[in-house]
Amino acid sequence: MKLDTTGLESFASFHGEMDDLHGEFWAPPSFDLPVCADFDGFQKNAIQMVKPAKGTTTLAFVFKEGIIVAAESRTSMGGYVASQNVKKIVEINPYMIATVAGGAADCIFWHRNLGMKCRLYELENKRRISVAGASKLLTNMLYSYRGMGLSIGTMVAGCDEMGPSLYYVDSEGGRLKGSRFSVGSGSPYAYAVLDNGYRYDMPTGEAAELARRAIYHATFRDGASGGVAVVYHVGPDGWKKISGDDVRELHDKYYPAVQVPPEQEMMQVPPV
Amino acid sequence: MARYDRAITVFSPDGHLFQVEYALEAVRKGNAAVGVRGTDTIVLGVEKKATPKLQDSRSVRKIVSLDNHIALACAGLKADARILINRARIECQSHRLTVEDPVTVEYITRYIAGLQQKYTQSGGVRPFGLSTLIVGFDPYTGVPALYQTDPSGTFSAWKANATGRNSNSMREFLEKNYKETSGQETVKLAIRALLEVVESGGKNIEIAVMTREKGLRQLEEAEIDAIVAEIEAEKAAAEAAKKAPSKEI
Repeated sequence: MKLDTTGLESFASFHGEMDDLHGEFWAPPSFDLPVCADFDGFQKNAIQMVKPAKGTTTLAFVFKEGIIVAAESRTSMGGYVASQNVKKIVEINPYMIATVAGGAADCIFWHRNLGMKCRLYELENKRRISVAGASKLLTNMLYSYRGMGLSIGTMVAGCDEMGPSLYYVDSEGGRLKGSRFSVGSGSPYAYAVLDNGYRYDMPTGEAAELARRAIYHATFRDGASGGVAVVYHVGPDGWKKISGDDVRELHDKYYPAVQVPPEQEMMQVPPV
Repeated sequence: MARYDRAITVFSPDGHLFQVEYALEAVRKGNAAVGVRGTDTIVLGVEKKATPKLQDSRSVRKIVSLDNHIALACAGLKADARILINRARIECQSHRLTVEDPVTVEYITRYIAGLQQKYTQSGGVRPFGLSTLIVGFDPYTGVPALYQTDPSGTFSAWKANATGRNSNSMREFLEKNYKETSGQETVKLAIRALLEVVESGGKNIEIAVMTREKGLRQLEEAEIDAIVAEIEAEKAAAEAAKKAPSKEI
């Protein structure tokens, strides 16, 4: 099976294999197809088997002071909570971060690979790569593995010469530039809080609190999300972790237990 | 395939790559080309050898653009030039596709030089017989740049340079007369350098001017004739002033 391993080699062009000396385009990478009656159905089943649902909640939005990126920290395998303490926001380099949703191994491997490519670009070109460029590199790599069972739903956030930029990239090869995204099984709940409270000219503190609340609400209703609500801020000088709060404590903060006076008090029976 | 043939470019006992040096000879026989970098303008000029009467001169363009903000002139084997230019154009677009940014002048120069070097270290191929002058503006900072590559695959940045026939005389002239110029002054400096080695007249010179806003513009023959006339007039005035110094105490 001939996979496109240019992602693992040094900086290479997007279009398949090119014969360096003669500049001809060779055929794009391909692999042997299994002999079966219904290949499409077989492929669909195979992908369904390996592709876990993106059990997570991550969100990111652009505002006046930069970008806020937030995520929770639970990994689940079906109904089993594997960990409450996973890092779902990965640092690509000091001014760009990305979120992890989908297959943890896939995301973390390809983000480290992206970090390597960004660094090589910097060394070759004596300037930082733009967020658009970095997300494009990631998309190109993922597109060449399309249909092979990778599961990645990531957001790349950073500040470059164009200002703060946020891109959503997934393993289908999709890439969207936007100002508000939430990815994962808890995203509907997060969107509800995020869209309701969002203003472009919020101060950083308010923006971080909005992100924290959105993650908390997602963890409250979505079983696959929980653990710690982590919030990062990306500004022109780079990223900075703002907070990491256990969602149970956030629950007590937002909805403190109210002392209900008992209807009937237990009284000591006077000794007879 | 070519890669399994024996190498043509091999070292001599005293450390020379003769094929590369012969390629440089081919460059020295090619038409003269000059490039001058100003503060907001970059000018490329090439010598146009006499066009046969029946040839359509417009099909022989010697200054080409590689992208909206990069242009190239070369001296040497024109057929080799076509191949290099095509590969460079593809690379410019490929770069835009993979990183969503236009190339910098340095990047594409590095690419072309790398390509020229590859052909000095592969089996069954000969080096490209041309030196290029690559000009352009940095897409982010807007700074003008002029680079030169040669058949060995080396490249460097220049304020002004010449290559091809009689390039030494042109370079000497530029060294003596170079100063920071802008706009029309840069064009004049480039034409004056070319006129050192080329027969005077708009028919024998091809000039292209690149600016940040307007990109590459090829000058019409009439425009070049006008500037040449200006230069001749200035030269005549300078001669006259030398011959009759003002009589002042």
